[in-house]
Amino acid sequence: MSVVRVRNLERHFTRKGVLNGVDLDIAKGEFVALLGRSGSGKSTFLRALAGLDHEARGSGVIEVPEDLAVVFQDARLLPWKNIMDNVVFGLDGSDATARAQHALEEVELSGRSTSWPHELSGGEQQRVALARALVRKPRLLLADEPFGALDALTKIRMHTLLRRLSVIHRPAVLLVTHDVEEAIALADRVIVLDHGKVMHEERIVLPDDEDARAISSLELRKKLLCYLGVKPQ
Amino acid sequence: MNVKSTLPPFLTMFFAWSQPDPLQDKAAQDDSRHMRMTTQRLSPPPALRYGWLAGPVFLLAYWAAASASGLIDTRILPAPWVVVSTGVDLVHDGRLLGNLLISLVRAVEGFVIGGLAGIALALLSGLSRAGDYFVDGIAQVKRAVPAVALIPFFILWFGVDEGMKIMVIAVGAFTPVYLHTHTALRAIDIRYVELAETLRIGYWKFVWHIVLPGALPGMMLGLRFGVMAALLGLVVVEEVNATSGIGYMIDLARTYAQSDVMLVGLVTYVVIGVIADQTLLRVERRVLSWRRTLAA
Repeated sequence: MSVVRVRNLERHFTRKGVLNGVDLDIAKGEFVALLGRSGSGKSTFLRALAGLDHEARGSGVIEVPEDLAVVFQDARLLPWKNIMDNVVFGLDGSDATARAQHALEEVELSGRSTSWPHELSGGEQQRVALARALVRKPRLLLADEPFGALDALTKIRMHTLLRRLSVIHRPAVLLVTHDVEEAIALADRVIVLDHGKVMHEERIVLPDDEDARAISSLELRKKLLCYLGVKPQ
Repeated sequence: MNVKSTLPPFLTMFFAWSQPDPLQDKAAQDDSRHMRMTTQRLSPPPALRYGWLAGPVFLLAYWAAASASGLIDTRILPAPWVVVSTGVDLVHDGRLLGNLLISLVRAVEGFVIGGLAGIALALLSGLSRAGDYFVDGIAQVKRAVPAVALIPFFILWFGVDEGMKIMVIAVGAFTPVYLHTHTALRAIDIRYVELAETLRIGYWKFVWHIVLPGALPGMMLGLRFGVMAALLGLVVVEEVNATSGIGYMIDLARTYAQSDVMLVGLVTYVVIGVIADQTLLRVERRVLSWRRTLAA
């Protein structure tokens, strides 16, 4: 039973094709990372799945669940709403506040619910964005380079947090990124997109032993970088 | 190394850019090596609380001194204390307050009508394409026509009474309110629109929670310009054709060469303007408390 089913997806702007026939299935609870160089069409693909490409021309089949949530590269918190109101925004039901409070606890920000967004650091803002996405209990979580603007240390913390929360909530995840290490660390499966086509697919199976894990991560990294057109020294 | 200001000392005084750096000065005095590097400060230092009063107080002092020494002919410009005593007299015989009240009512009525119309039409043209096509073109043409230029027609349409005066003020206030609100509505960040789409909130919720709060800073700016335009309209209609109000008081005083009464009228206009602007500024700070600006 797959949550996402995409068949022969094509998208073009003016004359240039951005997506040239992409097929993808994501199983329930599966974590897929979409890797690609800039201009490979990975963001276009995510926006197509999110339904944000109103002006796009193209064809193909997209089947995604109605209850999907998106995390963008910028946290995209509404500056005129405090943290709590940002998370609760668009939620229905009498227990909305309680659920939002719980979501903020999960990202370790329950103490900041009355702060303004600009009072939080970049990493904290992105955690609020994650809480806002997960509080909706989405069956599909789309993330467009969500950690791209964060510093290296914050990024590692965010990886751990996202991994933990995706194990708890089990949404299907499509993470768009250009960070190979991030893809290996988080995903069950990595897809490399190039010139609007799926160029390579890799199931990430890492051994439990820590040293062996590090070695096979490195090998994977080398391999994926090759597909991305980068030759490691 | 302390990078010295490149401005000559007598100029730095006027710009107040050069700030003493105690640590650096001390290091220079006892010849100790101090590892702190400072550059020439290019941004002005923090403002003093009542620093803005320096200019007005200086001007007032100059005016008083020049009047006392006879440097200024009191027939051309009365001394400050004469303005105060004339003002007190005018308050006592009821002329000032009576005229002030009439002027205020005109200004407020005109501003409220113009402001409401500006906001309403800006919402119409900012939120719908059809409204944009119909309303915005007209408003852009209106923008090129000063409200004052419409006075002859307004006299023809509304007569010479209050209706005409209030309409001139309203039309003056309308334009900046409309333009700034419209621009702000059109400039809503597309990122927030996308967010709203992915959160699957409805259209009216989107307007209420995203478009309106996002456009509020622009609307507040438009209202502040609108107040100034309303006061300009007030001055014009009262001095062109009126039988009451502060402008009438000034114009009447001019015929009798009562420059002190004229000046009291002018000061009254200034006071109205400053109070109106400060009030809106306070409202703005309250409404936009989420904003982080340089001024805050």
